[in-house]
Amino acid sequence: MKRIKVVLAKPGLDGHDQGAKVVARALMDAGFEVIYTGLRQTPEAIARIALDEDANVIALSSMAGSHVPICRKLKALLEQAGLSDKLWIIGGNLPERDHAELHALGFKGIFPSSSRLEDIVNFIRENAP
Amino acid sequence: MKPVINESGIEIKPLYGEADVAASGGEAMIGQPGEYPFTRGIHPLMYRKQPFTMRQYTGFGNAADTNKRFHYLIENGQTGLNVAFDLPTQCGLDSDDPAAEGEVGRVGMAVDTLRDFETAFDGVDLERITVSLTINGAAAVLIAMYLAMAEKRGYDIARLRGTAQNDILKEFIGRGTWVYPVEPSIRLVGDTIEYCARHAPKYSPVSVCGYHIRESGADPAQEMAYAFCIAKAYADDVIRRGLPVDEFAGRLSFNFNCFGAIFEQVAKFRAGRSLWAKIMKEQYGATKPGSMWVRMIAGGGGGGLTYEQPELNIVRGAYYALICALAGTQTMALCCYDEAYTIPSEYAQRISLRTMQMLLEEMGLSDTVDPLGGSYYIETLTNQMRSRMQAIMAEVDAQGGIVRLVAEGAIQAKVSAQAYRRQRDIEEGRFRKVGVNCYRTEDKTPQMEFHPYREDDARAQCAALAKVRAGRDAARVQSALARVEADARSSANLMPAIMDAVKAYASVGEITKVLVGVFGRYREPVRF
Repeated sequence: MKRIKVVLAKPGLDGHDQGAKVVARALMDAGFEVIYTGLRQTPEAIARIALDEDANVIALSSMAGSHVPICRKLKALLEQAGLSDKLWIIGGNLPERDHAELHALGFKGIFPSSSRLEDIVNFIRENAP
Repeated sequence: MKPVINESGIEIKPLYGEADVAASGGEAMIGQPGEYPFTRGIHPLMYRKQPFTMRQYTGFGNAADTNKRFHYLIENGQTGLNVAFDLPTQCGLDSDDPAAEGEVGRVGMAVDTLRDFETAFDGVDLERITVSLTINGAAAVLIAMYLAMAEKRGYDIARLRGTAQNDILKEFIGRGTWVYPVEPSIRLVGDTIEYCARHAPKYSPVSVCGYHIRESGADPAQEMAYAFCIAKAYADDVIRRGLPVDEFAGRLSFNFNCFGAIFEQVAKFRAGRSLWAKIMKEQYGATKPGSMWVRMIAGGGGGGLTYEQPELNIVRGAYYALICALAGTQTMALCCYDEAYTIPSEYAQRISLRTMQMLLEEMGLSDTVDPLGGSYYIETLTNQMRSRMQAIMAEVDAQGGIVRLVAEGAIQAKVSAQAYRRQRDIEEGRFRKVGVNCYRTEDKTPQMEFHPYREDDARAQCAALAKVRAGRDAARVQSALARVEADARSSANLMPAIMDAVKAYASVGEITKVLVGVFGRYREPVRF
């Protein structure tokens, strides 16, 4: 079986990367291949990296509140790049009131602060294409 | 009996006595408050003479919104300001930059030009209320703006007090609002220190932060050791320019975290205070007591607060405030209970402010200096924490120094590995967090008052910037920016040119672009 490949990105200007790096390590420990993008990625860069890397999973970490506008932009770009069939997930500081919109935008997994690493790993294992 | 090891790796005994103090190094480093090595505090009378300054971190939307919250806090008894800037400002982008879209005014106040500073501090008495600017990548520009704004209002900058965070090395480890590569970033910090030493000698141009290194996964001893390594890197840069240590070291300040075990934290502050004094005296030849002081802000501790049962964060905040008062901090700022969710509400801010006021008014925390001094446990732990910090600093030096380790991403990789282990420890119950892995409740999260974000405000900020651009003397802006570029290419101190540019209403983004043209941008080393 092919190893699951995750592109884990920090979109926008948000500099809080402790959580993203912790999740990256958990995914690596779970046996996934992880491409961590580092900070300040534009939606265009994230879509390009996901395409170039032929990732199964596109994961975002957002702590500074701009997740909805970023996900709106990214959705269109991921669709254009033909990545609609990949698993899109997002974690971070994500108020409950935004979850429905994030789901509607195509983000199948939503992991707000306090989510467990094990739950993220299991979700990816069960849902990655 | 199960062994207890504190977060810094020191085994904690069930009981301490005189022999433990002696075995850990004795009483030689205790001294008296206000006297070298300042273990017990940097002033002889501490809070009896001047209580800690209360300085909640505040800023959102535009300058006018933030100005209103500043006045609210001052009316409620706050004694200093601590300004939060939005991410575009922190990253050196103007509000109308495409990369700023969706982020203008979101996590702090948007600042484009000197006009925004004029509005933000309108009506604030800058002699009575000292202002701290939480700015790093764009610090040189924002410090210049602050000094220019004060000058314009008739203050003598030679007497003006205030602080800028301006600690770029820790931004590379955690927090992430860097702009330029490591070397020119350090030069800019050196430029601000040198400029302030000569022209604004009461202003603290740098607040070296262990805080965010701890948030990124460092243990308490590493937090302080890495911060001191970073402070030394800045001091070395300034000394290379020929400025004697006693002419600037007195204005270096610090920002530390405080979450964790109460006594370990108090010992950490006492140990760090004496270690820094020793370093400045023995390694740098400082002779003025002020050059040896750890003047600090403490009280945050976001990493210790929880998303679960957020009201418990009010209680944690009170313990953190107690730690900082017992440890003799100069300034306190508490995280608000709702901060894992949103920008703090007025209500949450007021609870934090009242928590600090309670210590002074009701709990007797300002009555006596260093009340834990002389405790066998605290003195032993203070000695042990100091030794741990010294060992960590020696290790950094042996590995090539902090600048190299940060540039290569080695410190980042080390602390993030520790953050991962800690998260595992929490999830698997080895490290206890009330409400998280023990004593959970399945109650629904209490209603939070979410801070509103209005797209219209971002558009208004862009329109205001366009208006400033249209109204300013374009030729003056161009020549000021040309001077910034020329000075960046030379080894001149950049601050006079940046001061000229901000006074001509050149924007944060315009000045930053010129500097990026010369210095380039930082490329983050991703290492695991």
